[in-house]
Amino acid sequence: MADTTYVPVPGDFELLTDRDITVDKNFASQSYWKGVATHFFHNRRAVVGLVLVLVIVILAILGPMLSPYAYDQIIRAADNEQVVAKGIAPPGTSEGSFAGMTFLFGTDDLGRDLWTRTWQGARVSLIIAFVTIFIDMIIGMSYGLISGYFGGMVDNVMQRIVEVANSVPRLVIVSVLAIFMPKGMGLVIVALLLTEWIGMSKIARAEMLKMKEQEYVLASRTLGAKSLHIIFKQILPNTIGPIITQMMFSIPTAIFTEAFLSFVGVGIMLPQCSIGSLISTGFNNITTLPYQILSPIAVLALQMLGFNFIGDGFREALAPKLEDM
Amino acid sequence: MEMKNERTILQINDLDISFKTNAGVIHAIRGVNIDLQKGETVAIVGESGSGKSVTMKAAVGLLDANATVNSGEILYRYVDDAGKETIVDLLKMPKKQLRNTINGSHIAMVFQDPMTSLDPTMTIGKQIMEGILLHKKVDKQAAAARALELLELVGITHAEARMKNYPHQLSGGMRQRVVIAIALASDPDILICDEPTTALDVTIQARILELIKEIQARLKLSVIYITHDLGVVAKVADYVNVMYAGKIIEVGNVNEIFYEPKHPYTWGLLAAMPDLETDDDRLMSIPGSPPNLLHEPKGDAFAARNPFALAIDEKVAPPMFKVSETHYAATWLLHPDAPKVEMPQELQARIARALKDVEEYL
Amino acid sequence: MAKYILKRVGLALLTLFLIVFILFVLVRIMPGNPFPSERMSAEQIANKRAEMGLDDPILVQFGRYFMNLLHGDFGKGTSLYYGAPINTVLSTCISNSFRIGGIAILEGTAVGLLLGITAALNKGRFLDGFCTVFSILGVCVPGYVFLIFLQYFFAYRIPFFPYFFDPNRFVFSAILPSLSLSLFTMSTVARFTRNEMVEVMDSDYVHLAESKGMTGSLLVRKHILRNALIPIVTVLGPLIVDLLTGALVVEKIYGINGIGKLMVDAIAGEGVDYNYVLALGILYSALYIGIMLVVDILYGIIDPRIRVSASGEGEA
Repeated sequence: MADTTYVPVPGDFELLTDRDITVDKNFASQSYWKGVATHFFHNRRAVVGLVLVLVIVILAILGPMLSPYAYDQIIRAADNEQVVAKGIAPPGTSEGSFAGMTFLFGTDDLGRDLWTRTWQGARVSLIIAFVTIFIDMIIGMSYGLISGYFGGMVDNVMQRIVEVANSVPRLVIVSVLAIFMPKGMGLVIVALLLTEWIGMSKIARAEMLKMKEQEYVLASRTLGAKSLHIIFKQILPNTIGPIITQMMFSIPTAIFTEAFLSFVGVGIMLPQCSIGSLISTGFNNITTLPYQILSPIAVLALQMLGFNFIGDGFREALAPKLEDM
Repeated sequence: MEMKNERTILQINDLDISFKTNAGVIHAIRGVNIDLQKGETVAIVGESGSGKSVTMKAAVGLLDANATVNSGEILYRYVDDAGKETIVDLLKMPKKQLRNTINGSHIAMVFQDPMTSLDPTMTIGKQIMEGILLHKKVDKQAAAARALELLELVGITHAEARMKNYPHQLSGGMRQRVVIAIALASDPDILICDEPTTALDVTIQARILELIKEIQARLKLSVIYITHDLGVVAKVADYVNVMYAGKIIEVGNVNEIFYEPKHPYTWGLLAAMPDLETDDDRLMSIPGSPPNLLHEPKGDAFAARNPFALAIDEKVAPPMFKVSETHYAATWLLHPDAPKVEMPQELQARIARALKDVEEYL
Repeated sequence: MAKYILKRVGLALLTLFLIVFILFVLVRIMPGNPFPSERMSAEQIANKRAEMGLDDPILVQFGRYFMNLLHGDFGKGTSLYYGAPINTVLSTCISNSFRIGGIAILEGTAVGLLLGITAALNKGRFLDGFCTVFSILGVCVPGYVFLIFLQYFFAYRIPFFPYFFDPNRFVFSAILPSLSLSLFTMSTVARFTRNEMVEVMDSDYVHLAESKGMTGSLLVRKHILRNALIPIVTVLGPLIVDLLTGALVVEKIYGINGIGKLMVDAIAGEGVDYNYVLALGILYSALYIGIMLVVDILYGIIDPRIRVSASGEGEA
């Protein structure tokens, strides 16, 4: 709509000369990762997920440290009585405290502080998740990138191996491992290492195949760059996005698997504790001390929620749907 | 509801559309006027993101859910089932009614990419018959016969066998022919072609354009082309609307636009068009990129890329100046007070050459 | 099409054979004593080993095991159930697990599809939000946790359902475990269906159908549903497998005598029963491969892009 009321002033009809129109100001200042970050932080759910995860990570680090009790300490009162089964109640009341001590999440069936145990458990779960997913990422990416890059016979053999490995349910792998490994954190980590890399390798391989034929890779190849050099210097940065998304979805899987294995009794062993083992003991005492299962379950669910939200947000931020105009 | 004249079949008045996105409100269409006369071909030309597709999607009720029509009307004149001539505003029609009475049977659309615009799980025969069965009171056999006829009309060989084929069994060019057959299935008056040849090989492009032209003449269709390709426009259009940043900035018949363009943006588009005579290194391009319509441009949206921008361009958007009965352009350069600016030398030379060719040809 | 199916079946059988072989070798070469009972003397163990043929070369052992397997014989356990024939134990367990698992799969897919479709058709409105919250909940809380709650409230506090599984009241006592098992399937199917539908609804071919004048339930039935549901078949396979894993804990919690509980007993008890681990490992792998095979073939049947091989490429 033209502004019909505008009355031109002198000078209006002079050519603009002192400018450089060859500089594109629309997209000049937008880097790829900056765009991704903007998208991510505009997504309310992703931010909620991030906050949730950060809070849980911080509490998992600081929680046990700030507590006056050790996670495996059986708390005793002055007369040597165990402070058993103090429920979740406001501090100061007789249910919620004992001899001047308060327990935010209560104490368990043996008189151990559940606040400390819950965060200690969260810490163990998170450590397992981060360590295994990180190693899986390295294994999976190397495998997928190498398989995709060399193609031909190498790719064929490597993909057949993946196919067979992928046809063995995780459960079977765990059970075979249980035969020759002691139960505990090691078993959980190895089980996750053996299964989670496959998804990563598929992504890395697909990205590699997509990228392999692109001009800049061909260009550096004709310039004589060595194969491995090409993989790691040029293609790696491009695969990082989808891989991080996959990691964000693998972490909940790892947390779930740990909880599952510890619940079944081949994971973390007493007096050590993890989210899974806490749920397990909570379940064993559910008819007598029902509150005991609440805190580990809440932490588990919030962790899952957080990582899923972050994963979703990241995926959307990497491939935003543009309005077609 | 009034239309400008008797022959106008579609008339878009002051259309204004915005989109709500995560990043904010995008004001994509900012007052668009387009007329289509019966039996003629109008082209809408512009860069991607100029709003040309959105404008026509509004006419067929295919706007995305996050779009809001702020103002304007799209008037359409047609003969309804009772045989009475009616004028309706397509924007005010409930979606269900639009689908039942207008879509397919009166206004049909050909999409850009034939690879994605056919349902992969349905045979092409069924996809053509669907439209016929929806709008015509005929049985399945008659619809199948009509579909076969249409496949032959769009130049598909062994049509009988092709009826049972799935889209993935056909080549890109064949699929676009099928899409055209689908569009023609229930005898529309208006065919909207959204970049119908962009996704096709160059050799096939020309054949599809020929086909549409031939069918248009035979069935007396009015056609709207949405394209960024001036080559296509030159081949098919009677009238051209040049669109930039959600506005029509120049409109005229095809000769006026190609031989006497007035808007610097149109100059840029024409100069950027490769031809046989021009060396590659003298081929010009328009600097910069279209403005981000998240932020309402102040003054003329093209000013930032315009080598001939005036001081006033940064303050007020230019109105449409009349050049001839059919030719209008929105640039302050046409204001009586504006300095006399000639189109670039290179373009002048090209137009002179083209005119000479035409004379020789005649 | 027949060739496609034959090729898939052949590949699946080959994979299964490889897995059986690898599992067998792994279990046999494990260090440690397969008979953990401390009451056995060295002589007894040696006799037992000889009886079970554990001292033969490994390939001979495998040949024997494989031939038995072909006749459907899994052999005997080493410690669990006092060395009873595995087949006898398995048959009851399989029946329980399959029935409850089957119900859970049906519940999960049916409700999941319904939720997903409703959400997509009401995109951006209340029902969509409800479906999203539900599917997030289902993905964030493991099925067994859900079962613990159900059991506590509806079998303990309000003793309406049986607290433990009771084979004599099958239908009644299958409700809680199948419901909690189906939760994950339900929410994943719902989420996937919704997203798939929304994507299809925004595809060019649906827009083309709309521009022909298709609308309402006709459009949904003819163009949207079919295209959206084809890819859902592919997630069903892995979901069923996840459900098998979930059944492990659910069966343990609810005291169901199923293959999941058997597996837990075989690996988490005092001693690990090698032969049960082997038998269950083979069973689970066979199930997994079988499900993937069925999904693969089903996909081929419903998707014309695979069913109808490209033929008659013509010029434009």
